[in-house]
Amino acid sequence: MAAGLPAAAQEASPQLQPQRIRELVHLVRQDCGSCHGLTLQGGLGPALTAPALRDKPRESLVATILGGRPGTPMPPFRGIVAEDEAAWIVDRLAEGFPPDPGASR
Amino acid sequence: MLHLIVKYMWWIVPVLLLSACATPQPTLRGTGDLGVVIERATGQVQVIETSGRKSLAQVSGLGDLSHASVVFSRDGRYAYVFGRDGGLTKVDLLTATIAGRVVQAGNSIGGAVSQDGRLVVAQNYEPGGIKAFDAATLELVADVPADYGTEGKRSKVVGLADLPGNRFIYSLFDANEIRVTDLSDPKNPKTERYPAGKQPYDALVTPDGRYYIAGLFGEDGLSMLDLWQPAQGVRAILPGYGRGEQALPVYKMPHLRGWAVAAGRAYLPAIGRHEVLVVELGSWKEVARIPVKSQPVFVMARPDGREVWVNFAFPDNGWMQVIDTFTNRLVDTFQPGRAILHLEFTPKGEAVWISARDDNKVAIYDTATRRKLAELPAASPSGIFFTSRAFRTGF
Repeated sequence: MAAGLPAAAQEASPQLQPQRIRELVHLVRQDCGSCHGLTLQGGLGPALTAPALRDKPRESLVATILGGRPGTPMPPFRGIVAEDEAAWIVDRLAEGFPPDPGASR
Repeated sequence: MLHLIVKYMWWIVPVLLLSACATPQPTLRGTGDLGVVIERATGQVQVIETSGRKSLAQVSGLGDLSHASVVFSRDGRYAYVFGRDGGLTKVDLLTATIAGRVVQAGNSIGGAVSQDGRLVVAQNYEPGGIKAFDAATLELVADVPADYGTEGKRSKVVGLADLPGNRFIYSLFDANEIRVTDLSDPKNPKTERYPAGKQPYDALVTPDGRYYIAGLFGEDGLSMLDLWQPAQGVRAILPGYGRGEQALPVYKMPHLRGWAVAAGRAYLPAIGRHEVLVVELGSWKEVARIPVKSQPVFVMARPDGREVWVNFAFPDNGWMQVIDTFTNRLVDTFQPGRAILHLEFTPKGEAVWISARDDNKVAIYDTATRRKLAELPAASPSGIFFTSRAFRTGF
């Protein structure tokens, strides 16, 4: 279960199940982290910290997750995350992303 | 009196000798069968031994180890660990302690050791460039920015490798260039620039130090520089391997290193295609393209070159495939665990250590039977690095 997550991360999206939230946090930290860094301070891809994203429109960030950014290494995650999940990820990034509670069992 | 001591207290001397032996004395040992496993989420490394297939110690305080990589001192005693946060930590494998640490950049992905063993060089994303340090003291001895264009921009540096003559070769992701910096006099670094293909993402130098091959994200093909004939410049190899087809999404960038070379050929991960590309060294003719499970990440030859083992990008990162280099066919497909991030062969290749991040374990396989020999617990393990790298150009 999502016991390792801060309460805000669980409450913010009642339509997402705790198990799925845990998977999404793990996905962002670990697999997005392979380019953006585990701490999301950036790597081959840009930083995804709250200050780094402050001036970016929410819709364009959601679109980037789902559709990728042609001409850059950012791949589309449509089919891996749903639209409401991408929006949930963007909202969590904007407030500082929660720590990874580890892979689900 | 004396006869009483001799009669009743004769045991004192042996007991004193025994207790002297029982105090923790460092055991004399070599380092040729040692290595480190990165535990990336906790900023720790385990010091491991391949002969006993065991963990010897844990060292913490290494910072952000996402995408950490390791090179070794030429005496095989020290591991230089490069952290994502720009930390460069020198770990003493014999005492399992930190022998030195500097935070040398904002964002770093790896390094290399000079031919003479005196310099350890970091490749940095931020600020883009390479920095050379005294391998003994970690004192900064040269700072070579990867600047390009006329506006003072600096490129992310990828694909750093050591070359004979205390030179280092690397690629500029943002500037489509390969550079060679001569650090034989660190106070006066001399850099040669070679225009290359679009967006080099990583590179390798062949074990003889002759050919440098950069993988390209921005175009179909790879860039090759013959370091025995550098005046010929960069040549495109396997151009158009994607045949103009729509590239598949790449959820993790592949990694290239001298391990790609086997049986006189290079085994290279395609980008955006679920294939391993096989090219003959020298003629640069395509020999084969081998369809594999997903986007290959590490395409790594067993030290004897008879087999090449392949792992894959998310979401197929639970799989591993084995190619026979004699027939260029797949001979095995299996699932060693969840989120296979890396593998490392023992120096002569009888076993391979495989990190399974989401199972919090390292699995050790016999490469002849592909049967599991042992498992070691590890917290979110990623890279595995053995000291045998110390003696190989490009590692």
